[in-house]
Amino acid sequence: MNTVIFRTVAPGLAALMIMFSIYVLLRGHNEPGGGFIGGLIGASGLAIYGIACGVQEARKALVIHPIVLAGFGVFIGALSGFFALFAQEPFLTGLWLIFHVEGTEVALSTPLIFDIGVYATVVGSVATIALSLEDSEEED
Amino acid sequence: MGPSLDFSIALIAIAPFVAALFAPWIKHFTGQLAGWILAIVPLSIFIMLLGFIEPVSGNNVVVAALPWIPSYGIEFSFFVDGLSLVFGLLISGIGTFIVIYSGGYLAGHPHHGRFFSYILMFMGSMLGLVLADNIFTLFVFWELTSITSFLLIGFDHSRQAARRAAIQALVVTGGGGLLLLAGLILLSTMTGQNSLTGLLATAGLAQSHGAYIIALLLVIGGAFAKSAQFPLHFWLPNAMEAPTPVSAFLHSATMVKAGVYLLARMNPVLGGTEPWFWILTLFGGVTLLLGGALAIRQTDLKQMLAYTTLGSLGLLVLLIGVGTKEAILGAILYLCAHSLFKGAMFMIAGTIDHGTGTRDITALGGLREKMPITFIAALLSVISMAGFPIALGFLAKEEMYLAMTMGLWPDLLFLAVLIVGNSLMMAVGLLIALKPFLGALKPTPYKPHEGSLSLYSGPVVLSVLGVIAGLFTGWINANVLNPTGASIYNQAVDASVYLGFPITEPKVWASIATWILGGVLFWKAEAVRGALRRAGNAIGWTFDIGFDATMFGLVRLADGVTRFLHHGKLEWYTLVMFVVLALTLYLPMLITGTAPSIPDFPILTFYEWGALLFAVIGLAAVLVAKTRLVAIVALGIQGFAVAVIFLLFGAPDLIWTQFMVETLSVVILALVMTRLHLDQRDHREPALALRDGVVSLAAATGFAFVLLSVLQTDLDLTLTRLFEATSAPVAHGRNIVNVILVDYRAVDTLGEISVVMAAGLAILALIRLRAKPARKPSTPRARRNA
Repeated sequence: MNTVIFRTVAPGLAALMIMFSIYVLLRGHNEPGGGFIGGLIGASGLAIYGIACGVQEARKALVIHPIVLAGFGVFIGALSGFFALFAQEPFLTGLWLIFHVEGTEVALSTPLIFDIGVYATVVGSVATIALSLEDSEEED
Repeated sequence: MGPSLDFSIALIAIAPFVAALFAPWIKHFTGQLAGWILAIVPLSIFIMLLGFIEPVSGNNVVVAALPWIPSYGIEFSFFVDGLSLVFGLLISGIGTFIVIYSGGYLAGHPHHGRFFSYILMFMGSMLGLVLADNIFTLFVFWELTSITSFLLIGFDHSRQAARRAAIQALVVTGGGGLLLLAGLILLSTMTGQNSLTGLLATAGLAQSHGAYIIALLLVIGGAFAKSAQFPLHFWLPNAMEAPTPVSAFLHSATMVKAGVYLLARMNPVLGGTEPWFWILTLFGGVTLLLGGALAIRQTDLKQMLAYTTLGSLGLLVLLIGVGTKEAILGAILYLCAHSLFKGAMFMIAGTIDHGTGTRDITALGGLREKMPITFIAALLSVISMAGFPIALGFLAKEEMYLAMTMGLWPDLLFLAVLIVGNSLMMAVGLLIALKPFLGALKPTPYKPHEGSLSLYSGPVVLSVLGVIAGLFTGWINANVLNPTGASIYNQAVDASVYLGFPITEPKVWASIATWILGGVLFWKAEAVRGALRRAGNAIGWTFDIGFDATMFGLVRLADGVTRFLHHGKLEWYTLVMFVVLALTLYLPMLITGTAPSIPDFPILTFYEWGALLFAVIGLAAVLVAKTRLVAIVALGIQGFAVAVIFLLFGAPDLIWTQFMVETLSVVILALVMTRLHLDQRDHREPALALRDGVVSLAAATGFAFVLLSVLQTDLDLTLTRLFEATSAPVAHGRNIVNVILVDYRAVDTLGEISVVMAAGLAILALIRLRAKPARKPSTPRARRNA
């Protein structure tokens, strides 16, 4: 798999996939997509980068360990539920703030925060699995 | 009753938790003064509770409720009546002095701030427990006291004995908590009431219910574990590993009384029956005698006090079991007297330990001049403990003897048990109050010195209160006994306890007998201790050893079960899973005889046929593939073909997920394959291939049948319509799949992402663990052959 073409294309491809994954995450509430699918795309991007450029490179690019990202995802997912308590609603009730910026509707909401949590968890967990499998392969 | 006063009840239970949050900072910035500053919290709660005396003694019940899980009838609700008020005042009042005492006792300890946090959290849990109205609120606080007690017993976590004692206490009281939960749920099902006020209003309903005896045993099990009744008593003496303020507060004055509180509370709901009477009196009596006898056997001050606490708890349970008006009043009086003198005694033991460096009674003597204030406090406490006139303990003992001299044959037996138990505890009290202070001064590790103001203020105030309280019988009758008796008895009580010494009455003879027997036991303490030690050694088995054996057995059982189920043969795991899957798919169809009808041959377009063909080709390739890698990729082809089918039938989210999952599966499977050093080829005997083929075909056909059955039932579209109607206008999302995930069923998703994270964590740990042995490929194989 370590062909020159693959190694040259992979970083750009990985970057595109991760950007695309965020796009999929954000559009998810109204169009096909969402945190889960976005997370899988993002994790695939990281896996490709790891295979092509080596796990050390991928880990360096990530800065934090992917499992931390996963934990962070669960944390903000749970946290987004507590906003509802301030509005005297049950845990995890969706709250919406809708702005109109120059004719475009910008919707900020607790389900969005929750979905970002899902995204982070999926990216983190799957990347953890993929990278550590690739990692030990190199060690041997 | 204004709403502000009602809300203050909830505040009482919450305030200590808030204080606990800030305790480490307060300790950090105020240093030695932290104990005095933090004591303001329990003190203000005490003063606030004093304000409830007037409405409560007028037989008003104050209730406050916040909704919690309304759909299950679970409320965060509190109420104050006579019984809760007595407990609340004891907890906050003694708690004030305990916090002050901890400030001096643990001065200089590196985790002093943390200790304040724990003890305040405990106080909040205990207050919440006695003030709770909803039975589930009660249960939550009940468990919180177990958890905070665990943290406090194991406070010196670097010592193995402390860790063991902490775990033991948690296992026993936490296990009891589960029994209690089961009992409470059963009670709520039996009576339809979720609150104590509701249960009290329907008193008598549970006793005549068919499941009464089960509910009774469960609730009693919970109470006995908490209040250390025989045979669950062994954790309490071990809990003395905790710092002394904890022993004084949790393991004598408050937490261990939670079981007594529960039994007193449940008296109208579960009491008044033969099983209630016999279980409580029998186990209470045994605990009383056992505690008293074992106390005399000890030489460590704290151990002696711990065993007398056992005895006292047994005595309270016995009195509640007897359940006559006099017995209940005696129990209330004894409860208050015991909390005061035992709290003081424990702090005195701690002060002696702090001042001399030892708690061994045989190594102590002649401290009367070195520690005069502590000596006076000890003398005052023992007056109440031994039940000498004018002390609160005297009133308590007279009342309980009065209860036992009213006729009926079991009463005489109980009277004998009470006299023996009380005299044993009196002898131990005298030993602790006199032995270290009288006689010649003995050499101790530290040069003996009196404690600071924070160390002796608690013992002095509590012991003085315990003695002079006997002078205020009028006030006690009206403000303590009547309202508390009314809560336990569930009807108005007219208490007429008075301070007197009517020599003609049998209760006075019983008191005199107790003093004589107690005096003799004190005089012959050395001989009695020797005899009891020899008896103990002859038996050679304790419940503590039994606990260890049980825990060890449990670990061995778990080990055996794990070895049986988790044998490490991946092939067998998969086989068992698919066989069980096939069985679960077929059995319901066989039992109900409802196989789906085979549908007509479908009419498909050519591109739909094409997608199907791809799937079939992929599957065929898996079967004929020469190497594993090809098989994995071929499986991926089949998955993509399925995704295309989804695409044709308009499920965009599903396609996308399917595509991504297939891609990642291929990548991860290939990586795993190289990681595990699997052979390139998959050699399988024909017989094995046949077996595996049959199992997979069976499971797959089962799935097909289930899917066909689903299609042939009328789909309930209620939810679908709800989602369609509300998704865009209410949940602001046109993608229903996503709205379901992040909004309608967000709690499910939260659970799922937690599982995803845990799986990632587990796999990471597995790969890291295997990183080393994998270099020696012989190891796993050797294990497999073994």
